[in-house]
Amino acid sequence: MNPNPSAPVIEVKNLTCGYGETVVLQDVSFVVHPREVLLVIGGSGCGKSTLLRCLIGLLKPFQGDVAHFGRSFTAADATQRREILKTFGVLYQNNALWSSMTLAENVSLPLEEHTSLSRADREEIVTLKLNEVGLSGSEKLYPSELSGGMKKRAALARALALDPEIVFFDEPSEGLDPITSREMDRLILQVRDILGTTMVIVSHQLSSIFRLADRVIMLDPKTKGIIAEGKPKELAANSKDPRVRDFLNQDTDSAKPTSRTPEVATEVHSP
Amino acid sequence: MTAAHPSPAGNAGHNVATAQLATGSSGSDCVVKVGGDWRLSTSVPTWKELFGQHTATDVRVVSDGLGKWDSSLLLFLLHGRAWCVESKHDFVTEALPENLQNLLRKVVESGTPKPKAIPTATGLSERAQTLAMHFSNVTKENISFVGECALGFVSVLKHPRNFRWMDCLVEMQQCWVSSLPIVSLVSFLVGVILAFQAAIQLRPYGAAVFVADLVGLSVVREMGPMMAAVIMAGGIGAAFAAQLGNMKVDEEIDALETLGISTVDFLALPRLLAVTLMMPILALYANVLGILGGMFVSATMLNIPAAAYWVETQNRVGLSDVTSGLIKSVFFGLAIGLAGCLRGMKCKRSAAGVGQATNSAVVTGILLIVIADAVFALIFNVLGI
Ligand SMILES: Nc1ncnc2c1ncn2[C@@H]1O[C@H](COP(=O)(O)OP(=O)(O)O)[C@@H](O)[C@H]1O
Ligand SMILES: [Mg+2]
Repeated sequence: MNPNPSAPVIEVKNLTCGYGETVVLQDVSFVVHPREVLLVIGGSGCGKSTLLRCLIGLLKPFQGDVAHFGRSFTAADATQRREILKTFGVLYQNNALWSSMTLAENVSLPLEEHTSLSRADREEIVTLKLNEVGLSGSEKLYPSELSGGMKKRAALARALALDPEIVFFDEPSEGLDPITSREMDRLILQVRDILGTTMVIVSHQLSSIFRLADRVIMLDPKTKGIIAEGKPKELAANSKDPRVRDFLNQDTDSAKPTSRTPEVATEVHSP
Repeated sequence: MTAAHPSPAGNAGHNVATAQLATGSSGSDCVVKVGGDWRLSTSVPTWKELFGQHTATDVRVVSDGLGKWDSSLLLFLLHGRAWCVESKHDFVTEALPENLQNLLRKVVESGTPKPKAIPTATGLSERAQTLAMHFSNVTKENISFVGECALGFVSVLKHPRNFRWMDCLVEMQQCWVSSLPIVSLVSFLVGVILAFQAAIQLRPYGAAVFVADLVGLSVVREMGPMMAAVIMAGGIGAAFAAQLGNMKVDEEIDALETLGISTVDFLALPRLLAVTLMMPILALYANVLGILGGMFVSATMLNIPAAAYWVETQNRVGLSDVTSGLIKSVFFGLAIGLAGCLRGMKCKRSAAGVGQATNSAVVTGILLIVIADAVFALIFNVLGI
């Protein structure tokens, strides 16, 4: 698929995007390398999901270009677009499992659409994929019958159905308890190690950022762009930008006892 | 001079919040002693009450047996501070507990932020411009959706095997099951009402038997298809919009798009086809029930036997009348399906958005039905059917 093994998987050039007349991101450029886990981080509302929607072609950028494996996504016609769409999987913030279908049907639909496999083969692959994410035996369940963690796993199984080169995640550990969230992170790394999939993950959970990231890019709503790029540990220790240090050092910050005044006046005992 | 407040009933365990005014040592300033428990849930002294008509002076606030306190005391102090600042006097709080002072300082420093005004188009021409822009955008979207559906239908005809027949069948079943009882009831009653009204008018002239003609024609040509369509718009049209809208909110539609699956082919066409196919069947059913309603009134009120009524109906209502009604109902079905699917797929990503989409699907559906009916009345008139 990729002739040059070290060529970037995704190349974003001077991307400007937003909704209607509001610009959310301005002039953003970066690349994603093969087999890396890249985290897009930043506070709520800084445009992480918006960037992701541009990368997967759901949002047309105002300006600039997104290229997957050297093929421009923004300039692609219908057939080229379909080819590109086949090469990645997406795990949405709300899981986006099709609620009227069973898990098996959910995982099977991408195969039905993009391959000419026989029904029996498809079923076998579905079982395999559900097994990979630890959901074997849940084929006949509907999404509404699953817990939050199971839904995420099912969504991952669906994203992996076509053995994509890239998987995009929007807040994979949102709404999960810390233990389930850690399991999810482990699963993501396991998939990367076994299948060599490139992962682009949007997250604001600090624990996940340090566990997962090979590299992070940090967005900021005021700058409307990237304010830092690098390894999370190095950025936390050495970044010159106080916003970056603050974001990445939240744990140590709150651990220190400080004599802060309450933000809101609730009942307080006077000494 | 005190402004102590009586303890509210049932709150006897707490000290009453007090604020007392005293003249300071220098004579030119006031000392306000605050004490007791200050709680938002009980009544507390206000600055206005305390000072009333008092002329402005420098104010020093001290604690005098202050117990628990919350935002109510903060508010009291802020009002006091504002009062002093306005008349350029000092407001000293140094004798208060430190955490209270900190809090006060923080609030004063940050100021009271006013919500930012959202820029709105104010001028008439400006407003008209945005409205026109919005209208043209929406029209463009609607037309392109209808176009996509038409292309989808063509490709179904070309490759019928790729069509999701199973989904279509499920939707057809849904149409049938959910609308049948209400369509039965409403059509029967419409027949009854029409017959009743006609009977009152025709009986004095001894023309009671023509009730059958009148009911038969109006039900078969107009009321049957119309009533069935309106009920479907309220039931199935709304259901489509709510289902698809919810899928949009949950990103299920995005998930289809990133798989390269056409949402029109996958979601809209099966529903559209289902409602278009079911509509004439339901209309036919509504016709039968409407005629039965007329028959019921004639038999009970006018003493016309059912057999005679049926013969009269058969004589007057021809195949062309029935077909004209059914042809219309096909288009009614199409209108309901288009309105439901379009509103659902263009839904805003919120719970309120789903509500709006559902509402607007029903309104649009019924509007399109009435317009289509008027157009068909014109066409049939010209063709002489
Ligand atoms: N559909 C939309 N229409 C208009 N504005 C939007 C839409 N979605 C998000 N926004 C705005 O874009 C900005 C970035 O949102 P988002 O990308 O969802 O942030 P994040 O995922 O980082 O929390 C926010 O200010 C938000 O209000
Ligand atoms: Mg987001």
